[in-house]
Amino acid sequence: MTPAATARAARAAAPAVPLVELVEVTKRFPGVVANDRVDLALRPGEVHVLLGENGAGKSTLIGILSGLQEPDEGEIRVDGRPQRITSPRHALALGIGTVFQHVMLVPTLTVAENLILGAPWWRRPDKAGLAAKVAAITDSFGLAVDLEAVTGELSLGEQQQVEIVRALLRDSRVLILDEATSMLTPKGIDELGALMRRLVARGLAVIFITHKLGEAFRFGDRISVLRLGRKVGEIPPERLNALDEAAATEEIVRLMFGAGAGDPDAEPHVARTLAPAAPLLSVRNLTVSGGAGIVGVEDVSFDIAPGEILGIAGIDGNGQKQLAEAIAGQRVASAGSVLVDGKPVDHFDVGARTRAGLRYLTDDRLSEGTVGTFPISLNLLLKRIGAAPYWSGGLERPGEIATHAEELVKRYDVRTPSIETPIGKLSGGNIQKVLLARELADGARVVVFNKPTYGLDVQNIRASRRRIRDIAGQGIAVLLISTELDELIELSDRIAVMARGRLAGIVGNDEGARLRVGELMIGAVS
Amino acid sequence: MQGLLTDAFLTSLVFGAISAGIPLLLAGLGEQLSEKAGVLNIGIEGMMLAGAYVGFVAAFYSSSLWLGFAGGAAGGAAVALVMALLCVRHGLNQIVVGIALTLGVEGLTALLHHFQFGRTYPRLDAATSLPIPVLSELPILGPALFDRHPIVYGAIAMVAVMAFVYRRTNLGLDLQAAGDQPAALDVAGVDVVTTRTAAVIATGVMAGVGGAFMANIGAGLFIPFMTGGAGFIGIVLAMLARGRPLWVLAGALIFGACLSMTTALQVAGVNIPTDVIQMLPFAAVMAVLVIFGRRASLPAALGLPYVRGAR
Repeated sequence: MTPAATARAARAAAPAVPLVELVEVTKRFPGVVANDRVDLALRPGEVHVLLGENGAGKSTLIGILSGLQEPDEGEIRVDGRPQRITSPRHALALGIGTVFQHVMLVPTLTVAENLILGAPWWRRPDKAGLAAKVAAITDSFGLAVDLEAVTGELSLGEQQQVEIVRALLRDSRVLILDEATSMLTPKGIDELGALMRRLVARGLAVIFITHKLGEAFRFGDRISVLRLGRKVGEIPPERLNALDEAAATEEIVRLMFGAGAGDPDAEPHVARTLAPAAPLLSVRNLTVSGGAGIVGVEDVSFDIAPGEILGIAGIDGNGQKQLAEAIAGQRVASAGSVLVDGKPVDHFDVGARTRAGLRYLTDDRLSEGTVGTFPISLNLLLKRIGAAPYWSGGLERPGEIATHAEELVKRYDVRTPSIETPIGKLSGGNIQKVLLARELADGARVVVFNKPTYGLDVQNIRASRRRIRDIAGQGIAVLLISTELDELIELSDRIAVMARGRLAGIVGNDEGARLRVGELMIGAVS
Repeated sequence: MQGLLTDAFLTSLVFGAISAGIPLLLAGLGEQLSEKAGVLNIGIEGMMLAGAYVGFVAAFYSSSLWLGFAGGAAGGAAVALVMALLCVRHGLNQIVVGIALTLGVEGLTALLHHFQFGRTYPRLDAATSLPIPVLSELPILGPALFDRHPIVYGAIAMVAVMAFVYRRTNLGLDLQAAGDQPAALDVAGVDVVTTRTAAVIATGVMAGVGGAFMANIGAGLFIPFMTGGAGFIGIVLAMLARGRPLWVLAGALIFGACLSMTTALQVAGVNIPTDVIQMLPFAAVMAVLVIFGRRASLPAALGLPYVRGAR
């Protein structure tokens, strides 16, 4: 048995009283219910794993527990008593310590100074006392921190240890680890897992948010699954013990990705048969180096036939944007090549690739895709400024520009008072239409969509999805990057899954594709 | 040239450098405090002017320089309070609000002065000095540095006080965190808005005392618009010195020397148009910015309002 399993067995007999409990907690943001009547109990001696896709409401739940947000409805109970958590300071005082996904340390201060931060302001920093307390913690939990190091110069794993030490210094009884493994090496993940086991052995409650099913099994006692803001399932320790890993995997994948509880707006997928043809877009061993805290692209290869839609699924931030930008020519690839219709375009800049028929619709519509204060008419020509027939001898030809704009606005059904309206004033859906009109003009052959329906309302989501299908119907090769699995299932012919910059696999979109993609996304199969 | 370096000239130059430098020092230290906490305090010119006016009025009616300084501190703090409310609590644009406050205070003090004193510019009695034994007997430096009103000693002592706060207290850590990574300060359990508000108001107090010094000790009278960009020089000093109070002192003395050059050269009987001399500090600002400006690294969150939980 794994250590977690042993501990589970030991405690299954005597369930502990929750230290902190969320009861029917609801939190709304404009246009979205981030948490919908969520129940969650954090018991001493237990690693409680929270699983869920992007947008499942995990971050909001963490925000509520750590005092950054207050719920609109529902109750928080601490030691069984109803309690509001009004600020991070209050959360700390209640014994709830949080290690956030993005490091919350001051990079310009030393580790010691970061740990002292929050002490009464009129006092002098008590470095000697701190060193003694830190030593006691690091010794008993097998951690290592260099108090004199400047925090910004440490690796992310080391900074995370500092945050854990900080939570323990404040006598936290509940420790929240928000996607704590996403930036760690495999060895770092093992160490963090062992540390979690030591913490709960001392009677702490740990809440561990992750995307990886393997980590959930290895380190967790209890698993809760969130989906679209609702808690759709919880596997208590006794059941987790009774299930073997395969059965548990199946149950969780079904909870997270299974049909039924999915997006009600998604239309069913209609399988198409494509005539065999030479690929229109080929990506061969494409590699892009990442940066500090940014995943790159590693050795990615795929082909897309004319008229085919290849979906790219994956948790946000696993290299999707880097892949799209490398294909579009906005990011330099360190190895590999991109071929349009069998001809390499690697030495082409963005403009040349556009002329070769390669088009990219960014997810960053307002700052990367358009100039908000420019009128629609100019935004429609943003990539062809200076070109005939709209410009002649360096001078604008307003008549030509207007005719062009009027025609596209009509064809793409852009709802706008006039073509002179600054594009920043339009809704997201209409900006998307303008982008689409611009990118599809003049011989588009391959179109890369990055999260095309992100932030749109239901009507525009439907319209956008219909348009993507139409584009493919015209024989254009489509690469569709999305974090919405329902969207990919609805539109794609095949779905590739990206994890940590690599393609974890490509599956045909047929019966059961949803679950297989889900498994690839959370690393249940490799 | 030989005639220039007389004792009279040097004494008057150093004396003037201190007189002109003290308001710059206080403004620079104050601005440094705000910037450390992440607030770009463009309103500091207005805070100085408010301090100059309220300080002068308080000293004029009470005949007490100390009450004058208290009034100056209150005047500066009042303007700072508006700045803190609008920019720190409500997150409005710091540059726009800062400029608006400066322009508003310029108009308001000119108007109030006109109603109160019409076209007269009453003078205060000269400040009584507190000579420091032995040191005040030194040639040149003695009368310029060690035979002054106690507020001069106080302002210079503030350099050490601020250095102590920044390097040796938890408050210093809080301030730096508020400027560099406010979210980290918030999750450590310290309220960012409170920390920044306190910093801005303390800035107002220092700038206000600096303004009162200009009116009550530097000039002995209040003239509308009399701060003449001293607050802006304070902003430059703070940017160049980054977190080091001692550098603010050095900068304030250099700029003070430029400002006092006018009088000193007149004492020496050199005839240069005063306009040229009055340009000196501003030319010096630009020269210094060109030479050192590129290396001046500022707090990461400078000028950005903090909203808890914003993504």
